[in-house]
Amino acid sequence: MKKARGVRKRGESGWEHFHHVADIGVRGFGQTREQAFEQTALALIAVITKPQLVRPETLVEVSCEEPDDEFLLTAWLNALIYEMAQRRMLFSRFQVTIVEHALQGRAWGEQVDVQRHKPAVEVKGATLTALSVGQQADGRWVAQCVVDV
Amino acid sequence: MNLDLFTRHSEYEWEIAPRGAMRVPARIFGSEELIREMDQKVYEQVTNVATLPGIVKAAYAMPDAHWGYGFPIGGVAAFDPDQGGVVSAGGVGFDISCGVRTILLNLTVDDILAHQKELAEMLACTIPAGVGSTGKLRLGSGEMDDMLAGGARWAVGRGYGSKQDLERIEEQGMIADARPDEVSAQAKKRQRDEMGTLGSGNHYLEIQQVADVYDAATAELYGLRLGDVVLSIHCGSRGLGHQIGTEFLKEMAKSAGRYGLVLPDRELACSPINSPHGQSYLGAMRAAINCALANRQILTHLTRQVFERLLPRARLELLYDVSHNTCKVEEHQVDGRPQRLYIHRKGATRAYGPGHPDIPIELRQAGQPVLIGGTMGTESYILAGSRGSEAKAFSSACHGAGRSMSRRTASKRYRGRQVIDELAGRGILIRSPSSRGVAEEAPGAYKDVSAVVEATEAAGLARKVARVEPLVCIKG
Repeated sequence: MKKARGVRKRGESGWEHFHHVADIGVRGFGQTREQAFEQTALALIAVITKPQLVRPETLVEVSCEEPDDEFLLTAWLNALIYEMAQRRMLFSRFQVTIVEHALQGRAWGEQVDVQRHKPAVEVKGATLTALSVGQQADGRWVAQCVVDV
Repeated sequence: MNLDLFTRHSEYEWEIAPRGAMRVPARIFGSEELIREMDQKVYEQVTNVATLPGIVKAAYAMPDAHWGYGFPIGGVAAFDPDQGGVVSAGGVGFDISCGVRTILLNLTVDDILAHQKELAEMLACTIPAGVGSTGKLRLGSGEMDDMLAGGARWAVGRGYGSKQDLERIEEQGMIADARPDEVSAQAKKRQRDEMGTLGSGNHYLEIQQVADVYDAATAELYGLRLGDVVLSIHCGSRGLGHQIGTEFLKEMAKSAGRYGLVLPDRELACSPINSPHGQSYLGAMRAAINCALANRQILTHLTRQVFERLLPRARLELLYDVSHNTCKVEEHQVDGRPQRLYIHRKGATRAYGPGHPDIPIELRQAGQPVLIGGTMGTESYILAGSRGSEAKAFSSACHGAGRSMSRRTASKRYRGRQVIDELAGRGILIRSPSSRGVAEEAPGAYKDVSAVVEATEAAGLARKVARVEPLVCIKG
């Protein structure tokens, strides 16, 4: 799969989009599984708007538990999609704690402001397509899937 | 795709013979050029669908097929519950009952051109579109369940439109056996403020002029004449459908092993029709179909209000409303015998041929209207189900153009403002809350819908009736 250009990297963590004709792939990486999940969430937001346009003013907490890391990634992203949809919010800062297969997530953001955020598209859901969570040979964690828009 | 993988049945019909775990052949419709350009993933996905239990005759892909989730988008598959047949959330998609309705305006192009800008502005102000938009209607829990059970009939009962509208909607505006109790509290909460909203992405509300008529007799029956104006709405079941798709995709993937289902791809997540999971999904999915039908009905009502204010002599009459992401129980001929089957159409339109009893009586002799969305800068098509479509692919046809360029590539290549200005120069007014959204939906990011429609007709799936061109487009 082709990597998208414009990858954002900060130190050892970062995110990028990857190619899917009809939809879009989101990928996050970091030193830990938690960091990779946080970065994938940023990649998700970047499908909708530029994350730097979203003020991290309001905290929303989510939790989910799944039998494996891959289902846990989709559960995390889908929890964020749900919270954004029903609260009419966008997020820009994330903190994830995972104990075994239980995730506690914190997301900071604000109400959608169409003028300022210029949101391009709603995300309908995180899919099981190109879904993977794992550690590379260099120890870095990578988490990814395609999201339906 | 590599054409060597296929046996060519006819100029527009390509078959992959059963091999490995495939229970039936896979059949793809399209011209040689369309098949060659098709994503290799379509081959993989359509052959995977052919491995599912209870599949009848073949797994099909329409000429606009592309990479989907488990099933290809543009995929059609029929399942027999008595042969262990399955229902698949991926075979329906996230935007359950996404579809198109076309409304006759009973106006001429000149009528529209005299008010084009005002219409664009007023529609953009009236139709909630884009990320974060909400409808005026707020549904409490009792009314939410009534809507999920009643669909467009519920909407008409609430004053959104007339009973005549219902006759021109698949299932007469309400699919039976919906189970609001199978819809999660989260899905209902997500929908609370989203009734009568357009959404975003490829959804639109568009005023279109009839630019070509190919079949004068059918066009006359449909109420379409050259130079007439119609309005089309493309959207689906909004947050409720997305949430149901999300929840059941996961549940079906997790429970597959329990039913002894060996899936070549986790995204093919499915459950036997005759199982608690299968029945639960069918009940919830039907509720989402009703949600989509109610949503398009409310949007029609909002549109009528705009015309009442600006062009009161307009008469907005529904031509037809089709859904292209569904699983429906239908009777079809298998080996000369009628059989009740569960037909998945994921990015495919039902296309009943002339005489089918489920077509409104006034249109029956011509076949079911098949509404094909193109792009905001080119054209869309109105087709009619053909006699041969039943034998070809359980009375199914294509649904749209399909993307040729990813959203990211399109947003790099195009600027929203430029697209809007260029189209305005060609007489097409675009209104959207998102400039990047417009860039991602630029006409150049889509395949040529004409090639898809030509192939659909040549393959015998449906026949061309009219071509329409946009005058005003409201995008999410």
